[in-house]
Amino acid sequence: MSADLERPRLVEVPAAAVTQVTRDRKRRAVRRRVVIAVLSVLVLAMIAVSLMVGQTFYPPGDVLRVLLGQDVPGAAFTVGRLRIPRTVLAVVVGLSFGLAGVTFQTMLRNPLASPDVIGISSGAGAAAAFAIVVVGWSGTRVSAFAIVVCLAVALAIYLLAFKGGVLGTRLILIGIGVEAMLRSATAYVLSVAADWDLQEAMRWLTGSLNGASWTATLPALVALVVLAPILLGQTRNLSTLQLGDDTAAALGVRLERTRLIAILAAVGLIAFATSGAGPIAFVAFLAGPIAARLVGPNGSLLVPAALVGALLVLVGDFCGQYAFGNRMPVGVVTGVLGAPSLIYLIIRTNRAGGSL
Amino acid sequence: MTSTDTHPTADAITWRPRSRRVTWLVVVLVVLVALAAASIAVGSRDVAWSDIVAALGGTTDNLGQAAVTKRVPRTVLAVLVGAALGMAGAVMQGVTRNPLADPGVLGINMGASLAVVVGLAWFGLSSASATVWAAIAGAAVAAVFVYAVGSLGRGGATPLKLALAGAATSAALTSLITAVVLPRNDIAENVLSFEIGGVGGATWSGIGTVVPFLAVGLVLSLLSARGLNSLALGDELATGLGERVAMVRGVAALGSVLLCGAATSVAGPIAFVGLVVPHLCRLLVGVDHRWLLPFTALTGACLLTAADVLGRILVRPSELDVGILTALIGAPFFIAVVRRQKLREL
Repeated sequence: MSADLERPRLVEVPAAAVTQVTRDRKRRAVRRRVVIAVLSVLVLAMIAVSLMVGQTFYPPGDVLRVLLGQDVPGAAFTVGRLRIPRTVLAVVVGLSFGLAGVTFQTMLRNPLASPDVIGISSGAGAAAAFAIVVVGWSGTRVSAFAIVVCLAVALAIYLLAFKGGVLGTRLILIGIGVEAMLRSATAYVLSVAADWDLQEAMRWLTGSLNGASWTATLPALVALVVLAPILLGQTRNLSTLQLGDDTAAALGVRLERTRLIAILAAVGLIAFATSGAGPIAFVAFLAGPIAARLVGPNGSLLVPAALVGALLVLVGDFCGQYAFGNRMPVGVVTGVLGAPSLIYLIIRTNRAGGSL
Repeated sequence: MTSTDTHPTADAITWRPRSRRVTWLVVVLVVLVALAAASIAVGSRDVAWSDIVAALGGTTDNLGQAAVTKRVPRTVLAVLVGAALGMAGAVMQGVTRNPLADPGVLGINMGASLAVVVGLAWFGLSSASATVWAAIAGAAVAAVFVYAVGSLGRGGATPLKLALAGAATSAALTSLITAVVLPRNDIAENVLSFEIGGVGGATWSGIGTVVPFLAVGLVLSLLSARGLNSLALGDELATGLGERVAMVRGVAALGSVLLCGAATSVAGPIAFVGLVVPHLCRLLVGVDHRWLLPFTALTGACLLTAADVLGRILVRPSELDVGILTALIGAPFFIAVVRRQKLREL
């Protein structure tokens, strides 16, 4: 890095060591690029599969013609009206959850601090359920309301955890308490509503893509297009934040500004995605650690985690629809995947004797 | 607030004068009776006083009287389940010396629920007593698992590690319960009652099945009260005082698992009652478990009955499951306890 050159060299570094470091860096950069490429290919392949395969199979030609806007008997409805919105929603929601989740985990330096563990997703879920089921709103008003509630929840957790400085572990425990409360608030909202069914309840408690439509997809898509570049613009600052606040400040990161931008963008992503598909269980939590395993300790995790998130939702929804005899909401599938990982993460942290 | 707090006036808090405890005992009993009466009188349907009295006498001539007849077992169940959960929480906090311990927070109720759900869905569990046994087995497995995970690594089972392990297990088990129940339309009717606890489905036969289990759990817990007092001093000191530490832990843990497993088998997973009640009771009667345990049973019964009555008033003409209300009341309390803890302890 250029910073190395500007600093006066006090100790003569052997040339062999320098070339070794350069080679390692290059190798890791290549690995990162390969992982991102493979993940992108997998996401594209999964999109193709979700569009073609279902109760009836449509060959790629038919799907392409529907995508181009031609009228294909049968496929025009099944693919055009049902599968395309659903797949787009899956991708958008997956990318949003992955991106927002890894942002929180990076910023708070703890994988448990993901928005679905500390109650921010359930805040959006409760707000959206209230707005849609009780008040009868739809579209952007729901998302706006979800964002406001989400921000309030994030602020409340932060303030509650603040006691002469915010301790990561205390924030997580308080978040778990807030999560429990918001989940029961969602259940309360649903039971107050006059006519709610199990399908609706599943959507707001665990997340589901059943009943996906363009009205649910578009706000989330727009939010992703606007907010993802903002978040990606903070990639370098976020990576530096991982070194600790003091070090990051010394390296020239404007702490408060970076945090504010990252939190606002991540909360926005969560709120819009959740008002479209509900708080899909554990996607935000899983994407970051999986991406970290794949990429290894180098570079930012934002892009790989977003791709992992999209892949998780796509695969989870596909399996949920067709792998079991019964149609399962995607949140149930990702929940079953995420649950053991959560426990595994805690076992590993405890074994390592971390400060947790 | 907690037994581990070193307070300048610790003695004054720890050993309340007997007269004061007796006063509180009377107060709690009166409140419990009043709440039970309210639970029978108040509901989603307004019933005239004459009908209530007639129904208690055994007549079910009109709709109001029939409704009251259904409210009686419900009230009894709320009292029993509340007492069981309150006491189970106190025993768990004593055994683990952890102010965050609670059958709900530690995922033990969810373990019981999952066992029942798996039994119903895959093994054709039908008899009521088999359900209770399954729930108790599930609760025991979950308790051992959470304690094992929480005590891995340096420092043993610290409150934070135990609470995190419990919360993670609880979240994991909730997902599994949903996944098991959802494909089975025949039992999916009850899906919410296994995820969110309630006492709405109370029947006399269901109550009859769990009472023996609850009684055994109650006796075991009360027997370990003196031992729990010693444990509060720390393992070394307790051993030095001649206490068989492992024995006390085992008996107390068995008692609390019986209590919360049996309670969950009839009412579903209800969280936070076991967290809130012991903390409140310590303020009233101090930390002596011989007084604390009976008090937590009474206060737990009060809390759950009150929550159930409230749930019937709030969303008339519908009803709110008591598990929702206890989480709404209990979670802020959990946060308050977390905030009070010193940094080092967490």
